[in-house]
Amino acid sequence: MKPPPFEFHRAHSALEASRLLAELGENAKLIAGGQSLVPMMNFRLAHPAALVDINALSDLDYIRREGDVLAVGALTRHRTVETSRDAAVHDGFGVLPRAARWIGHRPIRTRGTVGGSLAHADGAAEWCMLARLFDAQIRLLSTRGERLASIDTWFQGFLGNDAEPDEVVTEVRFRRPRAFGALSEFAQRAGDFAAAAAAVAFDLEQGRVTRLGLVLGGVSTEPLLVEEAAELADGESPSDSLFRRVAEVAVAAADTDTYRRHLISTLVQRALREALAAEETSRG
Amino acid sequence: MLRGEGTFVDDIHRDALHVAFVRSPVASGWVREIDTAEAAAMPGVVGVFTGADLGHPTLTAVLDRPEFVPTAMPMLAADKVRFAGEPVAAVLAESRYAAEDAAEAVWIEIEELPAVVDIEDNARVEVPVHDVAEDGVLLDLQMFLDPDLETTMSQAALVLDEQFSFGRVAASPMEARACLVEWAPRDEQIVVHISTQIPHQVRSGIAQALRLPERCVRVVVPDVGGGFGVKTVLGREEVVVAALAHKLRRAVRWTEDRQEHLMAAFHGHEQRFHVRAAFDSTGSMLALDADIRVNVGAYSAYPFSLGVEPLMAASEMPGVYKVGKYSARGRGYASNKAPTAPYRGVSRPQIVFVMERLMDKAAAALGLDRIDIRLRNTIADTDFPYTGPNFVTYEPGSYVEALQRCVTEVERAGWATRKQDATDGLLRGIGIINFSERTAFGTSVMGMRKMPMTPGFEVAHVRMDPTGHVTLTSGTLGHGQGHETSFAQVVADRLGLTPDQVKLRQGDTDLAAFGWGTWGSRSLVVGGGAAARAADELAGKLRAIAGEIFGVEPHRIVLADGLASVDDKPEANVEIAALAAFAHFQSHQVNVNDSQLLEGRGSFDPPGMFSNAAHAAFVEVDPGTGGVRVTDYIVVEDCGVVVNPLIVDGQVRGGVAQGIAAALYEEISFSPEGQPLSVNFMDYLVPTACEIPKVQIHHLQTPTDLSVLGAKGMGEGGTIGAPVAVATAVNDALAGHGQDFDRIPILPEHIVERLGAARIAGPAEAKEAR
Repeated sequence: MKPPPFEFHRAHSALEASRLLAELGENAKLIAGGQSLVPMMNFRLAHPAALVDINALSDLDYIRREGDVLAVGALTRHRTVETSRDAAVHDGFGVLPRAARWIGHRPIRTRGTVGGSLAHADGAAEWCMLARLFDAQIRLLSTRGERLASIDTWFQGFLGNDAEPDEVVTEVRFRRPRAFGALSEFAQRAGDFAAAAAAVAFDLEQGRVTRLGLVLGGVSTEPLLVEEAAELADGESPSDSLFRRVAEVAVAAADTDTYRRHLISTLVQRALREALAAEETSRG
Repeated sequence: MLRGEGTFVDDIHRDALHVAFVRSPVASGWVREIDTAEAAAMPGVVGVFTGADLGHPTLTAVLDRPEFVPTAMPMLAADKVRFAGEPVAAVLAESRYAAEDAAEAVWIEIEELPAVVDIEDNARVEVPVHDVAEDGVLLDLQMFLDPDLETTMSQAALVLDEQFSFGRVAASPMEARACLVEWAPRDEQIVVHISTQIPHQVRSGIAQALRLPERCVRVVVPDVGGGFGVKTVLGREEVVVAALAHKLRRAVRWTEDRQEHLMAAFHGHEQRFHVRAAFDSTGSMLALDADIRVNVGAYSAYPFSLGVEPLMAASEMPGVYKVGKYSARGRGYASNKAPTAPYRGVSRPQIVFVMERLMDKAAAALGLDRIDIRLRNTIADTDFPYTGPNFVTYEPGSYVEALQRCVTEVERAGWATRKQDATDGLLRGIGIINFSERTAFGTSVMGMRKMPMTPGFEVAHVRMDPTGHVTLTSGTLGHGQGHETSFAQVVADRLGLTPDQVKLRQGDTDLAAFGWGTWGSRSLVVGGGAAARAADELAGKLRAIAGEIFGVEPHRIVLADGLASVDDKPEANVEIAALAAFAHFQSHQVNVNDSQLLEGRGSFDPPGMFSNAAHAAFVEVDPGTGGVRVTDYIVVEDCGVVVNPLIVDGQVRGGVAQGIAAALYEEISFSPEGQPLSVNFMDYLVPTACEIPKVQIHHLQTPTDLSVLGAKGMGEGGTIGAPVAVATAVNDALAGHGQDFDRIPILPEHIVERLGAARIAGPAEAKEAR
């Protein structure tokens, strides 16, 4: 369990990182927290010829509110989001800090980064699910300039993403804040990858559900947005019976084994209940 | 240790070459070609070695009985590979990195064969695992056969006919295997620093494989980070490293990584039972017939052989119960999986599981209370010494009292009330079980297995230096159990010293005369017993010298509080340290024979004795996820005299954690092609502190006169009781929903399947796992 040989470069700006990636060719990889890449290298599942370390790019470690957008710098550690007490986060995006507790163990959360998680593009990863839930854009930088990638086309097969080999993820822009949100998942052992997960967000207008988003993790190579759920729930009062019906729609959308379908049903209902309860708690 | 000052094999710094093993990518196949040329030419590579390059060393572990089919284990597979991960070649390089890079470049061409994964596959494959065993059966022993059993079965009110099975597990100690071997020309020795439980058997095995006299192999064991049985056998990788060091006259090292450990070290516990049990209408067991089949893997592990699990299961099955007529057949089947080694508990977790499940099934069928049926069949205090139909004699224990006490503690803890809680949608259950375990097996019992190397005794040596401090050597090998503390207590007590004045030295075959290592809950009883006798001999010399000084008979000298004093005249005393200096430096003034030798030797070889315990588990099952949490755990245990309560409790807790792991988390699973699927800690679920509850421990003490100290072994009990206690609690929680679980591990998908997929989470928010 030792990695194959690789070159190591340290970038001091995102642009320099992109330039290095371009120079070094397709077998170069960025390394941020290394919480997925390093184990894959040690298992020799990943053979990067060169690593470009972006841990010095402290200007990419931020959480900023820009109107209805929560802009999270790519180098922001999971733990920073988890422990944020910033109203800019909690107002409309409170599920992010609450969901961060599900990511691995604390040592993992103090190293791993939001941008790294999006780049790794694991369909069961919490940030990938939440990016889908909040219709995120991924800001990418290269020597050719900047562009915003849509989450709709971000995931490209197993652990694949929409970035060019020399593009650097610099920011994740979560959009469409909603007052209620939760992520619920199940793993047999504390801190493990979820067997399945469900993330929800919605608003209430005059006591009725609106703008419901529902994303499933662990059922596909990418986070699965259950579009039918929004339509079903729109204008309904939040109730156990509504939540059950939403869960049924989710189960129908999830092409997976019997056990995971059962899990999805449970987790969707729990996420909906938790979302409702969490908002009430934070108001109280 | 807690300060980071421990020294494990990997902490020993030497200018050593590193080995990486080239392992078979497939479970079974003919090796057609091994091309090492490209790897050998890579930077930092010293050489690439195949079995042929080393002269095809093998190890053979046999049982000397006609029912056993002997097979040899090559150190590097040559013509045939028999499991995925089997070592085929060794790359020697200047760093582990370079060695692994080159290992990837070794080309092996293998003509793949259909694999034997389950024992039934033996009947399907054209090419058997071993040519000498066409049907795959390497051991088949009808250990007990009662001619009247069938008659009893046919007349009984109830006959249970049940199947039980157990997943394959890996020991996974915190420190995986490791060795560093160097050449010491001055002593004509290879010095083997190794993480093992059995230093002297490592010496024998390496000497045998390399055809060296044993004096040319010195085994030195530094700190060892756990073993759980996987280090009671000699690994082929370890022999290869020794062979390379010997061949090249260079220091060579190998530190097993976790993937290698889970894939290719030794496994355990993959067993199946077909059991029939007859009861009368009052719940008394009348007869028991067990057919035990063990998937022992590809080879017979040195030195204890593949007979370990089948023989233990068949001979010890009845446990705390009077089973009436008894028949048992034990079989070991070859497969294309890693070989098995003793694993903490050795078959007792399985047989206790079977017996306890039988009790519950019979209680349910006959409408009896689960505790009552146990008490009805348990060997009672008035029965001791009790000889069972398995010809085992049980010395006194607290089988009835332990169970009753456990029930009382469960009542006191209010579990029955908590079980009724239905407000949060969780299902709750209680499991209470009772068992005994034979510990500290001596040669008289081990001899019945018919191994060419019959283990069991221990020898110990103590010597006192001129400052009155004592060095103790033992052939046992504590690897995290605190022998340094408990052995020092035993010796210090007998010499009137404090434990810090006694230092245990272990693990060096040039220092300790001989020994059988640490396994089978034997060390404190057998090694500690030998140490006590050695200390007694030394105490006798101290008394003789002090007696001469004070002019009294030696038996009148009392050794206590650092003083040797006359029994009825405490003012007539001398410090033991002064006595030690006197004996060494003024020996011309002493007339006692051999007084210059302030030392003692002792040996001990008990037949073995039974510890017992009752366990209770409380579980919460989440029907929404299939998740199970063991929230509470109670142990009432009796290991006779407790020498060190802290150490005993630690052993119990660790064992319970390991048993919970077997019940709910750990399994090395395989693809139909024989590929192990759980070869890292992401897939092989060793539970963490988050999954293990506090364990409440209560001690009963029934001393035994079969041991010097009155103590019985207790290293494995936790691991033995917990699997069935947890499984019983889960079955209790799910009572009324489908078929009980008779296989472990019980996984969340099994729970959901049993409850029926239609059933989903209750209305209340179920507690999450954290």
